[in-house]
Amino acid sequence: MLHVDVATDLGACALDVSLDVAAGSCLALAGPSGAGKSSILRIVAGVVRPDHGRVVCGGRTWLDRSKGVELTPEARGCAYVFQDYALFGHLTAWQNVAYPLRRLRRAERRRRAEELLDRFGLLAQADARPRTLSGGERQRVALARALARDPAVLLLDEPLSALDSRSRATAGRELTQTLGAIAVPTILVTHDFTEAALFGDEVGVLDSGRLVQRGTPGDLAARPASAFVADFTGAVVLCGTAEPGPDGLTRVVLDGGGTVVSTDVADGPVAATLFPWEISLHPAVGGPAGLTSGSAQNRLDVTVSSVTPLGNRVRVGLQGGQPLAAEVTLAASGALDLVPGLVVTASFKAAATRLVAR
Amino acid sequence: MRRRRPTAFGVLLTLALALTLGFLTLPVVAIFADTSPRRLVDSLGDDSAQEALWLSLQTTVTALAVIVLVGTPAAYALATRTFPGRTLAITVIELPLVLPPAVAGIGLLAALGPQGILGPALQDTGLVLVLQTAGVVVALVFVAAPFYIRQAQASFAAVDPDWLHASRTLGAGPARTFLRVAVPAARPGLLAGLALAWGRALGEFGATLMFAGSFRGITQTAPLAIYDRFATDFTGALALSAVLVGASGTLLLTVKLASGPGAFGAAR
Repeated sequence: MLHVDVATDLGACALDVSLDVAAGSCLALAGPSGAGKSSILRIVAGVVRPDHGRVVCGGRTWLDRSKGVELTPEARGCAYVFQDYALFGHLTAWQNVAYPLRRLRRAERRRRAEELLDRFGLLAQADARPRTLSGGERQRVALARALARDPAVLLLDEPLSALDSRSRATAGRELTQTLGAIAVPTILVTHDFTEAALFGDEVGVLDSGRLVQRGTPGDLAARPASAFVADFTGAVVLCGTAEPGPDGLTRVVLDGGGTVVSTDVADGPVAATLFPWEISLHPAVGGPAGLTSGSAQNRLDVTVSSVTPLGNRVRVGLQGGQPLAAEVTLAASGALDLVPGLVVTASFKAAATRLVAR
Repeated sequence: MRRRRPTAFGVLLTLALALTLGFLTLPVVAIFADTSPRRLVDSLGDDSAQEALWLSLQTTVTALAVIVLVGTPAAYALATRTFPGRTLAITVIELPLVLPPAVAGIGLLAALGPQGILGPALQDTGLVLVLQTAGVVVALVFVAAPFYIRQAQASFAAVDPDWLHASRTLGAGPARTFLRVAVPAARPGLLAGLALAWGRALGEFGATLMFAGSFRGITQTAPLAIYDRFATDFTGALALSAVLVGASGTLLLTVKLASGPGAFGAAR
C-alpha cells in the first residue's frame, strides 16, 4: 500500500492531493498538462521535496515533513519510467539495465541484465546504444531497467507519449501484461483519458493540482463530479474483440455481451471509443423492429444507472455489458423521463465508433 | 545560359574574408618561413630551449590536474545546485578571463607574496611560491581555470536532469551519479574545456613573469624563454614559437573534434 498526502507550491498552481494505491493495483492519474501529474511522481520518487506532506509505502515512512523524515531517492527504490525514458546515452542497453545491479559481480550483472532484456524481447539489442533503438525498444529497456531491482513502487510518466501511433498499440499491450504481472502499487500518469482507462484499475482526474474525482473509468464517465471531469473523461471506452464484419465494416464483439460495428479497420483486441454526445437514447422498444429507421447502425439495450445534470446538459450513466455514458439536453432528458432503472436503447453511428488496438 | 554577375556586396564580403585570413595567418606562417626548418630544429637542441619546453609541459600538466580535480565538482555544483549568491559566484569565476595578466600577477603577489595577505601564513608552513616553480603553477591555475570551469558548467547544465534523477531512483547516491552519469554524459564538453584551458596555460606570460619571475630551469616557461631570447637569438625564439604553434593547433583541433557532431551524451 502506498499512501501519499502532500501539498506544495508548483508555481503555476498549488498541488494538494491525498491518495492511496493498493499493492498490485494501478492508479492512472489523468489531467491536462500542468495539472501536477508528474510532480506527484517526482515527490513519491524523492527527486522533488514538497512543502508539506507524507509519503508512506508498505508501512515505511519515506517522507514526513512535519517530523523531518526524508529518505533519499536511492533509499526508496522506486521503479520510475521517465517520459523520455532517460536512458543513459553513454551506456549500452544491457549496461543501462545493469546500472542498478552494482552490488553483483560483472559477469552476474551481465547475465541478470540479459535475462531482463530477454523477458522484454530485446536480447538481440543488448549491445546497442539507446540512440540506435526505436522508441518502442527504448521504452522496454527503460521498463527492464526500472524493474531490475525489486522495486517498492512502479511510476510511469506518459509511458506511450514518446511513441508513434504504430508502435503505441504493441507497447500498450505489453505494458498491460507487465502491469498485470506486477505486485507493487503503480501510478501511471497520462494526459489522455482513453489511455488512463485502458491501464488504470482506477482513474484519478487531476485539475490544477487537485484530485477532483477518482473511480473506475466507467464511473467517471457515467457520474462526472463536475463539467471539467465530464469534458475530460469525454470518451466512452468499450473493450472487445474485432473481426471483419458485413459491408466492409469491422464487427466488435464486446466483452460482457453485445456487438457493435465500426468503419475503422482493426483485428484482435480493441477498445471502441466514442463520445457521450455521439450516443442517442431512445425509449426501449423490446425488439429490433422499433429502430430500423435512421442511419445509426449500433444499438445497445442498456439500463440507466445515473442521471447527472451539468448545466444545460445531462450526463446519463448507462449499464449494459460494460458501463457507458450518453449526454443529452435537459429537454430530451425530461421528454424521455430518464430515471435510474429505466431501460433504454442507446444508438450511435458506425462512423463515430473509433477503434484503438489494445 | 546566363551567368550571375558578382554583386558589389559579394565582392566586399570576399575581400573582407581574404583580408582577415591573410592577416591572421601571416605571423604564424612567418614563424616557419623566416628560417630554414633545419636551423629551427638545430636551435631546439639547445639546453635552455629544452629546459623551457620541459618546464612548460610539467607546469601546465600540474596546473590542469589541479583545475580538473577541483574545478569539475565546482562546475557541477554551479550547474546543478541553486544557492544564494550563485550568479555572483559565476561572475567571480569568470573574472580572470577578462583580467589583464599584469593585474593577475600583482593580485597574486598581494595575496600570496611574502608581504601579501596570506604571505605570513604561507611562510609558517614553509611553502614558498614566489620565484619558484610552484608559483608558476599557481599563476597558470589562476588564469586557465575559468576556461575549463565555464565550459564544464555549460556541459553539466546540458545533461538532462532526468538522467540524474533516474540514476538516483536506480539506487545510486549523488556521488556515484556524478561519476557514473554526469561526468560521462558531459565528457565531450569537459574535454573541450580542458583543451582550451591547456592552450591558455601554455601561452601564459604576464602573470607568471610578475609572480614567479623568469629563471632558467625554475620558472622560465616557453613563452618567457621566447621573450628572453628574441633580442639575442631570434632563430631560437622562432624555434620555440614553432613548437607552441604546433601544440596550440593540436589543442584547438581537439576542441573541434570533442565538441563535434560525433559527440554523444548531453546533446539529445
